[in-house]
Amino acid sequence: MDTHIGDIELTLTPQGGSAVWRFGLAPERLPAFARAIQEEGGQLLALWGSDDRHLGRGFGLHMVFLSSQGLVWTQADLPAAAPEYPDLAAIFPQAERMQRAAYDLLGLRASGAVDGRKWLRHTAWGEDEYPLRKDAPSQPPPASPTQADAYPFIRVAGDGVHEIPVGPIHAGVIEPGHFRFSVVGDKVLRLEERLGYTHKGIEKRFEGMDLSLGARLAGRVSGDSHSAYTWAYCMAVEAALGFTVPERALWLRALLLEMERVANHLGDLGYLGNDVALSFGFAQFWRLKEDWLRLAQRLFGHRYAFDCIVPGGVTTDLGEADALLDLVRRLRTEVAELKAVYDEHAGVQDRFAHTGRVDPAMAARLGVIGLAGRASAQAWDLRVQFPHPPYDRLEVNMATDRRGDVLARVEVRFAEVFESLRLIEAIVQRLPADPLQAEVPHADGVREGLGYVEGWRGPVLVAVRIGMDGRLDRVHPHDPSWQNWPALEVGILGNIVPDFPLINKSFNLSYSGHDL
Amino acid sequence: MATHLILRKILKTGRVTEPAPPANAAYRVRLQALQAELYEVFGRALTIRHVDAGSCNGCELEIHALNGPHYNLEGLGIKFAASPRHADVLLVTGPVSRHLETALKRTYEATPEPKWVVAMGDCACTGGIFGESYASRGRVANVIPVDVEIPGCPPDPVRLLEGILAAVKIDRSHGAS
Ligand code: SF4
Repeated sequence: MDTHIGDIELTLTPQGGSAVWRFGLAPERLPAFARAIQEEGGQLLALWGSDDRHLGRGFGLHMVFLSSQGLVWTQADLPAAAPEYPDLAAIFPQAERMQRAAYDLLGLRASGAVDGRKWLRHTAWGEDEYPLRKDAPSQPPPASPTQADAYPFIRVAGDGVHEIPVGPIHAGVIEPGHFRFSVVGDKVLRLEERLGYTHKGIEKRFEGMDLSLGARLAGRVSGDSHSAYTWAYCMAVEAALGFTVPERALWLRALLLEMERVANHLGDLGYLGNDVALSFGFAQFWRLKEDWLRLAQRLFGHRYAFDCIVPGGVTTDLGEADALLDLVRRLRTEVAELKAVYDEHAGVQDRFAHTGRVDPAMAARLGVIGLAGRASAQAWDLRVQFPHPPYDRLEVNMATDRRGDVLARVEVRFAEVFESLRLIEAIVQRLPADPLQAEVPHADGVREGLGYVEGWRGPVLVAVRIGMDGRLDRVHPHDPSWQNWPALEVGILGNIVPDFPLINKSFNLSYSGHDL
Repeated sequence: MATHLILRKILKTGRVTEPAPPANAAYRVRLQALQAELYEVFGRALTIRHVDAGSCNGCELEIHALNGPHYNLEGLGIKFAASPRHADVLLVTGPVSRHLETALKRTYEATPEPKWVVAMGDCACTGGIFGESYASRGRVANVIPVDVEIPGCPPDPVRLLEGILAAVKIDRSHGAS
């Protein structure tokens, strides 16, 4: 298809029946293209690299943009000897950490980038080693080096300014990461995040796996988004191999995804109550969440429905539809009761409102996406704008808020719980009668595909390349936390340090999904 | 107004730690049995420090669930502490990422004797799907001594509780190993 974005003419290649368009362009044209996307209100969703030398090319720089046309997946070929491309972070700030990661893992350099510090690399490999290159040593080193990370944090100078370093191991049951606060008194002047602690080599691990094992690994990129990742991965595999899965399987995948959304929102709404001293909220929401998980165990044999989504379809059918519908109805009533408490509780409202604010203009600038984006007026939801089956028949209502504070993120979660409950009812009632799985065809050459799913946190993307041998050659999973972590650094500004746990929880970003 | 709503909800909810449905009754029996055991073997409150050594965050979901009202953990005398210096048990999740190896060792050293290490989940027990690589050291036992391994991906709260209690039952002379 020939089309244009801004005044750039492009020939887009559609991927199956989905909203993904592929587009190759020379590295020097990337900034103009990115600017055109931005001018028409689009966003950068992901950026990653690939080693394509075994395919007779150099390196690949991949980007996925969110545009009015759909998801535009662009690829620029970089020369093997000097893999460089022009910096894109000046246009889309969310590109910055992704560019630094592409350097750490593959040695692809963003020329002209302001921040050239390492990002995912700490001490596990050296400055001139690139673990995702195909010729990187496959034998793991026996022990880890013991020297410190020596990351050059940016210092804030001034009278009475001091630093509070927190982590990587935190006081509560949360994932590891390092936060460096610069404060005057209790007030935060700056927060700098240092992530990458849970980097466990997921992308390298995919290489050489067969397609079903790949689905299991995809589901463990960020366990709380298991169904989102397995679905996105399978969608990518299915697009790459050009086959369709039975309708019933697609509807069941949507059921699992919406159940995952409800589970996570319930848990977070409970913790958000807890963080403002309403332990009643914690007890109530976690009671409901536990009921929900136990039902999932009964229905799918696993509390989080792990490994139910596989290439070609799903492994389990919905047995006790009535039990699910009963619990959906009960949840709708009980969550409404709890929402009334949160709404009417002066102390809760006082702590939630105006806290951790990311205003709409800043959110647009940073490319904040998903749940946190919608709470700051960034009206993107892949289920709404680019609905893949069965969402094309479900008509999802998008929840948005303009306030951008903790309260807005709480309100969006409540709205999304109710909407997911409605969707679950609709799915159960309209579930088509089909087999659960289609046979996965064999690859007849190198094949690529992209999957996209609006997970509970935001858009989850998985790009897949299947090699000549039918095994995974390159997989890149992208978590929305990449672009939302910088929003947390902005949201905390001017707030007091004791409000950090509350603000952090209102975003609830993934470390593992980001660190890979 | 909010207080009124809260009180009404609490009254209506009742105690979920003694649930009526048969599927939950099995859990309750096991919880009671374990509770008696805990007081017998340990005789005081048990304090746990959780360390995520590189997990996918799935195991953490079940630690949170264990802290929910169905399990009444504090009622069993078990609580999670913010510092390893107050801990009896280190509950470690994930394969050990190389970037967290030092932090895990330091946490272990900072925990006073006697101490027990519980490796939670397939990754912590064997390295799981992530295995050993340029970025991962694999199982927790590759890095610090482990007393109990709880398989599962992730292990559910009851198995988790059984594992924690199995740890304090081990009569192991520390320093000898
Ligand atoms: S055992 Fe499973 S849930 Fe736990 S960290 Fe490993 S992959 Fe995640």
